[in-house]
Parts: sequence; C-alpha cells; structure tokens
Amino acid sequence: MIHSEIETIIERYGSRESAILSILQDIQAKEKYLPREALEHLGGKLGIPINKIYRIATFYRAFSLMPRGRHEVCVCMGTACHVRGAQRVADQIKLELGIRPGETTKDRNFTLETVNCLGVCAAGPVVAIDGQYFGKMNSAKVDGTLKKFRSDKKKKEGANGKV
Amino acid sequence: MISFSIDGQPVEGKEDAHILEVALDAGIEIPHLCYNESVKPYGACRLCLVEVTRKGRSKMTTSCNYPIMEGIEVFTGTEKVLRARRMIIELLLSMCPGDKLLQEMAAGMGVREVRFKKEEEKDCILCGLCARVCDEVVGAHAIQFASRGDRREMIPPFGEEAMNCIACGACVVVCPVNVIGMKEEGDERTILRWKRTLKMKSCKVCGNYFAPWFQLDKFKEKAKLPKDFYDVCYTCRS
Repeated sequence: MIHSEIETIIERYGSRESAILSILQDIQAKEKYLPREALEHLGGKLGIPINKIYRIATFYRAFSLMPRGRHEVCVCMGTACHVRGAQRVADQIKLELGIRPGETTKDRNFTLETVNCLGVCAAGPVVAIDGQYFGKMNSAKVDGTLKKFRSDKKKKEGANGKV
Repeated sequence: MISFSIDGQPVEGKEDAHILEVALDAGIEIPHLCYNESVKPYGACRLCLVEVTRKGRSKMTTSCNYPIMEGIEVFTGTEKVLRARRMIIELLLSMCPGDKLLQEMAAGMGVREVRFKKEEEKDCILCGLCARVCDEVVGAHAIQFASRGDRREMIPPFGEEAMNCIACGACVVVCPVNVIGMKEEGDERTILRWKRTLKMKSCKVCGNYFAPWFQLDKFKEKAKLPKDFYDVCYTCRS
C-alpha cells in the first residue's frame, strides 16, 4: 500500500487520533489486511505509538495482520449448524484447502474462518463465501461449492478428477 | 478532602484519589499486584477487591481504581471479599506457579493447592504494569497487550524485538512476578523478554559501561541536551 493512499484515508477523517478504528477499517477494506508498513506510517502520521496501534489491530477479529485470500470462506459453527454437522463440513473444507481456520492457502485464493452464527439457522449448516450463502451444506457438496471460486487453472485440474 | 471509612476507621483522601492509595497511606494493608503509585490504576490483577457500601447498597469492586466518595464505607476483610480473593490468587498462581511472592500471598490467604491447569513454572500474569510504566513513566512505548481473551499476551509490536525499547529496565523492576529479566554482558545489555539487545556506552572517566547508546541518544533528543552531555557517567559526574 503506497503512502499517499494511507494519507487520503487519514485526511478523510481530519487526521484525528480518535478516528484510528475507522482508518484501520478502511485500510483493511482496501487491502483485505493491515500491512505492517501501513500501520507504521499511520502511527507516524497520527502521532500514535506503534505499540498502541498493534494492540488495537490485534484486539479486533475484524482486522487481520496476515495477507488474506481473494475469497473468504466462513463456516458457521453456531448451535443450529453445529447439531446438523457443521464440524464435518468444516473438516472437509480444511481437508480440501489444506488449511486451518484463520489461515490462507498458498496461492492466496482462499481464507478459511469459522464464525459463531451467520443468522440463517434455518438453512444450516451454512457456509458463506464472499458474503454469498450456501445452505444445507454437507461434506459431499464442499468440493462443488469451492470449485466456483477456484482460479481457472485449478478448475481444469478439478475437471480431471484432481483438486 | 473527602472523608469516609475503611473497616470502621475514619480516613481522609484528596479529591481525585482512589480507595487503595488512601488505605495504604493510612497504613491499612490491601493485597495488590498491578498497582503502582507512579502510574494510573488499571484494575487488572483484581487482588485489591473490597466491599464498598454506598447509600445503603453494597458492592464488590477493585479498590485501586474506585474513586473515593464522601461517606462511603469500605470493608477489606469480609467473608465475601476473602472468598473472592482466595479464588483470584489461586487463578493467578495457576498462571505463574513458581513465583515466591504469589506463593506467599496464597499461603497467607489459606490457599493450599491450585485446582486449575498450571501454566509454565514462571509466566506473565498479564497485569499490564510493565506497559503502563513504559508508556506513562518512561515514554518509550515499547510494549503493549496484544490479542484478547485467552490469547492475550504482553509483547513488543509484531512479536519481534522491541524497537522502541531503550533498555532502561523499568519494566524489569516493576514486574510483580519477575518474568522479564535483564542481562548485562560485556558492552551489551539485553532485556530478555522483549528480545532487545543494545550496545552500552562507557564513561570517559571511570570506563564503566553505564547506559545504552540508544537510550542516551533518545534522552539527548528529547531534552535537547548538548552532544557531549553523556560522556561521563552519573556517578563520576556528581
């Protein structure tokens, strides 16, 4: 992220120290994570010590300090989804992507997250990918659902029976 | 001055004072770990718990950050307080089972065994005192809490070497469970927990290493001191 972009965001909030959360949210929205040098630059501009910024950035789950994938896969682990087998769906996704919740695949295509309720309990088990909801999930459906979001090269591999 | 009572004894404190400091001034002992008079109270260790009666209603609260009010009645040793305190010291001890001070406090309160999962022999109890001293007294802003809940930890930003640390050792001194650690070897001083190693400057008169270069440069920059101000160590100067 280039410095001028950060400065535009800071100016939008009138360079106020109290706007730190909104500024971090904007950086996160733009980059999908909080790059280290962006935080350092921000601290210098607003006069907030880096230890304080790091504390805020790690406190909220909405912020990530690691680069995120192009697609965010959210597996609902709420009570309703849980009793209908959300764990099996989550395990299958972990297996297919080869990552644990909170991690990103090597090709930076997917980031896996578990959440505690997505608010559509009637359709459980639910998986949301980039805000698009997939209800009544089971482990057999995982491959087909993920395929829609795979990069082109991977899609072809998938068609050959290998993922 | 505001007058109120602690365990039935009438006491007086200044306008913006808190219960614990007034109690300590009056010679009334309330156990505490994360309180230090040189920084703002934080209420992290919860050991200074007391019962406060105000307008006929009683409640449990940490005394270090409870502002004093006219006519309140503070009780430091009721059965309720003692029970809560025993539980807190047991939980703290499970975080740092090897610490002498904690062990003594626990024994004094009648806690004989720890029923919770024990962490490493000596580990941080997350009282935050080191960071508060670093921010408020030293002004170096080298460390802070990171994450939250059961993942909360006290680390330098990004979990690496604390680049703002001037290796003054203030955090090492205030840590109630002594888990930070400082080492001096040759011309280097290391703050072990923050992975910070700095080269020391030697005195022009006695030749002893007396402070890290980085620290002295920071001081000179902040106080606008002349370049050769720290050529001589503190002992040789006086």
